[in-house]
Amino acid sequence: MSVGDVTGGRDVRRPSRHIRLGDGAYRRVLQGFGLFVLAIFVAVGGVLFIQAWPAFRHSGAGFVTGTNWDPSRAIYGAIPFIVGTLITSAIGLVLAIPIGIGAAIFLAEYAPRRISGALGMLVELLAAVPSVVYGLWGFLVLGPIFQNTIEPHINFLPVAHGPPLPVGVLLAGLILAIMVLPTITAVTRDLANAVPATSREAVYGLGGTRWQMIRTAVLPAIRVGVVGAVVLGLGRALGETMAVTFVIGNTNAIPNSLIAPGQTMASLIANEFTEATEPFHASALLGIAVLLLVVAVIVNVFARLLVWSVSREVRETV
Amino acid sequence: MTSVAVADLDRRSLIRQSARTSHRRRQILGIVGACLCGLALCIALLPLVSIVIFTISKGIGAWSVNFFTHIPTPAGIPGGGIVNAIVGSLIMDGLAAVMALPIGFVVALFLAEQGGRLASTVRFVVDVAAGLPAITIGLFAYAIVVLPEGHFSALSASVALAVLMLPITIRAGETAIRTVPQDLWEAGIALGIGRARVARSIIITSALPGLVTASLLAISRAIGEAAPLLFTAIGSQVFATSLGQPMASLSLVVYFDGIQPYPDIVRTAWGAALTLLVIVMLLNISARLLARRMRRFTR
Repeated sequence: MSVGDVTGGRDVRRPSRHIRLGDGAYRRVLQGFGLFVLAIFVAVGGVLFIQAWPAFRHSGAGFVTGTNWDPSRAIYGAIPFIVGTLITSAIGLVLAIPIGIGAAIFLAEYAPRRISGALGMLVELLAAVPSVVYGLWGFLVLGPIFQNTIEPHINFLPVAHGPPLPVGVLLAGLILAIMVLPTITAVTRDLANAVPATSREAVYGLGGTRWQMIRTAVLPAIRVGVVGAVVLGLGRALGETMAVTFVIGNTNAIPNSLIAPGQTMASLIANEFTEATEPFHASALLGIAVLLLVVAVIVNVFARLLVWSVSREVRETV
Repeated sequence: MTSVAVADLDRRSLIRQSARTSHRRRQILGIVGACLCGLALCIALLPLVSIVIFTISKGIGAWSVNFFTHIPTPAGIPGGGIVNAIVGSLIMDGLAAVMALPIGFVVALFLAEQGGRLASTVRFVVDVAAGLPAITIGLFAYAIVVLPEGHFSALSASVALAVLMLPITIRAGETAIRTVPQDLWEAGIALGIGRARVARSIIITSALPGLVTASLLAISRAIGEAAPLLFTAIGSQVFATSLGQPMASLSLVVYFDGIQPYPDIVRTAWGAALTLLVIVMLLNISARLLARRMRRFTR
């Protein structure tokens, strides 16, 4: 490779007519851009908080402890939406964790390599399907199935009483489970594939079956990483807007049953913000966004720290 | 036979028997475990495959020449299309990419090239920001663009999408730049051409396929988002090309038309969903193929 190849054919020995950026200046420009991006994300929180301040002052502590949301009387309590968000996310994770981990173990340990590769790619592509498409399918396909064939059979349960509807908290949780499945499956499969062959062979050497190998060599090794993936999935579920808005039923009350309609923080904002003309209404919705942001930041920081500790562990053992 | 011998025999057969049952139990347990895992994979794939099949079968029915060349018609009047939403999505995503990609790649260069506390802080914040709910980013764009201007606009939607694209662009860009061998950096520095020139002439050109992959992934993420557009672009029934006006987008059509009670409007939602799915899949598959080719190339 000659000098000319690298510098685009120009002779670098001759002083360039352009002002050359010195190394120090170049460094500082890069740092400047870094700071700029940092500032943008700090500004997201700051701007939302400033916009939400009037509602925080208006409602006081009642904003996070109140169970009533009535814009026409300027009463804003966020509890129904906090509860709705927690319930739907919890349902989503409870359903997605065993299925996602089981599917990942099958892909990594049982399926033939070629099938595993193809199915793995399929799962990863499905993670890219836009959330509105999940929502549309949930609303028009899964909702009616749910109402006609599932809800009539489970509403003898005390937690699922009430009339069968094509929308509700359980359905929203189910959609969230379907949405976080690809993430949990893909990460768990990658982690399982990274478990060193020596730990597997050690169990086989002791006469263990494949299942015992998975339980004693693979699962303990990937535990922390899987928790990280689950927490990342939780972050996605908490803030998911479009898919949930389609199927949750949009009722501003604490759901009294798993099949009752409800509202999450994100779906509330999506439903009411463009029509928020009552006093403090828009500001209160921005307050909900601040709560959502705080929860999302906490969850994601936790997830990153977990993932970071895993990668450090790997580095230390290598 | 003495009683000792009998006891001994008993014990031995007992051990043999227990070893056998344990072996059988382990095998049965193994089969049950494998079946459960296989079942989990089937359960996981069932809804995902169902989504794709339904979107294709219902969406294909909406596709026609008019669908891609006309603007929407009111419910009950045939011949409407979503050309305004397709163009709107392309405009808003294109502008968002123009804003986010250059900044994102410079920051990626910063993270790949420099260590130190600022770099690790930026990396951590960007990682956390990747998980922020899209709807809060939409409200941010509403507060800094729509409120001061006093009206909804495509520009505010582009700002929201750009903020949303930044974390993916930065982290995927950093990964791409880190694949450039250390030798190339050192060779460039040895030429005495300055770090800025090294970055521009050597590093960026070497990392280009990876940067294109990062761009495709970021654009694909942004084009499917509807939540940040709800209070910025808010959708439109007319053919708008001005950045200062509300604008239609594919993702908004899926949402607004999907919740309508009229079957022909709902069909439009399926058609838009299929269009979106095809675009997103094309972007993702080409990103993947490019990444694979790049890996082969570096090897």
